[in-house]
Amino acid sequence: MSATSTLRRPTDATEPPPKRIGFGGRLSRWDLRLSPYLYISPFFILFFVTGLFPLVYTGWVALHDWDLIMGQGEFVGAKNFTDVLGGRDFWKALGNTFSIFLLSSVPQVICAITIAALLDANLRAKTFWRMGVLLPYVVAPVAVSLIFSNLFADKYGLINSMLGLVGIDPIGWHAQRLPSHIAIATMVNFRWTGYNALIFLAAMQAIPRDLYEQASIDGAGKVRQFLSVTIPMLRPTIIFIVITSTIGGLQIFDEARLYDQFGRGGADGQWQTLTILLYEQGWTRSNFGRASAIAVLLFLIIVVIGLINFLVTRLISSAEVKR
Amino acid sequence: MSAVPPVPGEPLIAETPEKGRRTTGRSYTDRPGKVVYGLLAAVVLGGLFPLWWSFLVASHDSTILSRDAFPLIPGGNFLANAATVIDTVDFWQATLNSIIVSTVVSASVVFFATLAGYAFAKLRFRGRTPLLVFVIATMAVPTQLGVIPLYQVMARFGWTGELQAVIVPALVTAFGVFWMTQYLSSAVPDELIEAARIDGCSMIRTFWHVGLVAARPAASMLGLFTFVATWTNFFWPFIVLRSSNPTLPVALQQLQAAHWVDYSLVLAGALLATIPLLILFVVAGRQLVSGIMQGAVKQ
Repeated sequence: MSATSTLRRPTDATEPPPKRIGFGGRLSRWDLRLSPYLYISPFFILFFVTGLFPLVYTGWVALHDWDLIMGQGEFVGAKNFTDVLGGRDFWKALGNTFSIFLLSSVPQVICAITIAALLDANLRAKTFWRMGVLLPYVVAPVAVSLIFSNLFADKYGLINSMLGLVGIDPIGWHAQRLPSHIAIATMVNFRWTGYNALIFLAAMQAIPRDLYEQASIDGAGKVRQFLSVTIPMLRPTIIFIVITSTIGGLQIFDEARLYDQFGRGGADGQWQTLTILLYEQGWTRSNFGRASAIAVLLFLIIVVIGLINFLVTRLISSAEVKR
Repeated sequence: MSAVPPVPGEPLIAETPEKGRRTTGRSYTDRPGKVVYGLLAAVVLGGLFPLWWSFLVASHDSTILSRDAFPLIPGGNFLANAATVIDTVDFWQATLNSIIVSTVVSASVVFFATLAGYAFAKLRFRGRTPLLVFVIATMAVPTQLGVIPLYQVMARFGWTGELQAVIVPALVTAFGVFWMTQYLSSAVPDELIEAARIDGCSMIRTFWHVGLVAARPAASMLGLFTFVATWTNFFWPFIVLRSSNPTLPVALQQLQAAHWVDYSLVLAGALLATIPLLILFVVAGRQLVSGIMQGAVKQ
């Protein structure tokens, strides 16, 4: 009751309260107090049950002999971790993951900013062009991977044939390590460059136009304006995109899994990523303990990279303030 | 004398920068040259080409790639290949599963995210700010890495191979809650909620008649993005679903494992699985574009 009257006080304090006394009033007060918690509870319940609990429990599984079918075995301490870190698969997969990540994120940011700058021009049929660059986003990574593994086929592949036309010998896009990383990074870029270009475009349009006028009065040409006004103003957006793509990029699975029919990341693990290794250990070899150890290590890597990102961001922004 | 000219003059002065901003700070006649259009056309064609290529390959038979010349015009085999795809993997079942999973997940994410976003944006309660910070922080947590215990949980429930194993963990997302909180905090005037309360509406009725109605534009965008993300999702469905009851991406993986050498079949499958989202893109691509651009501004 008291809660209801607090609400009505500013508008019509003199009007007598409605006839909701006793039970109804108490109900209404509980309604007011508890409803917010009730409304946000689905997210928290779901997050704890299907997100946080499994993540924490992964650490527990990693300390045991644990089989997909047989379940929990003996407590083995750090053995799973030493096994993983002592083998060469983990380090190779780590290298592959980072290589693919760098090959996809760096060119992607550069291309996305360039495309955004093109879209930021005073275009006719703006929406058409914006939709045009976004189209690849609706193609599932799985489908993208099937298509590109054909384009990048070592034998009879379109890309090798095109290279042949200009006199370049066929490249082992599947057989060799770095070329396979380039092919997989191309798939990621194909799907996400246009999406990120639109994010950059929105950020560009939020830049105050008088900065450009000021720059052009100072005699800066278009290119100089782009480098000295646009790029610095886009820095927060660049950082945002780099951070979000780190979290996703280090867990890359779909594109690499379907790059050939075996899904193990190549005969010699040329393009085996950490999540493929995790899947292999967990579901192909039924070794949940070791798979969990890989998950924990990948989690730590993502946290460390996140911290580095955070520190670099802080450093840049404090340098900005000093200037 | 001094009072008269400013009156017509004022809107002119006020209008010029306004219009200038709309046309990105340049004059109307300053349309970009052919080079800009040419480059953009190259980007768009580059995005279309892999799909067109798949169609070329999928409309011939598998021997086309080993011949000397590449296909330049579509052949007449697409329907035959599509029919084989539909026969070899359980394509209709997979499509139906994808539709069920994506629809249920999108509807649920929209509802629960709007509900929570409404509470965070418009209701006063103890712990509101720290709880919202917690929600935002969870977006940076790679929960996908908890797949092993999650699989065990699903196995204990007897849900492995069942669609609910894919649906339930996705019923509401931190991003959705954050997105709706952002939108609702500016979209619903507090007075409107107070007015509804004074009229004797219960909290949930106020939400239903004021919050949910005001949330519609942002909710439909959230629904679209959730639909696309769920439709294209592979990692978890691949782990937890069985081959007899797949979603489309899982079915594509089976198709590839069974028919690797037959590119015409595999790419026909890739196209078939993409068509529903291409239709969605034609209908709602405009909204996807503005959703991305609005989300970016708010970050």
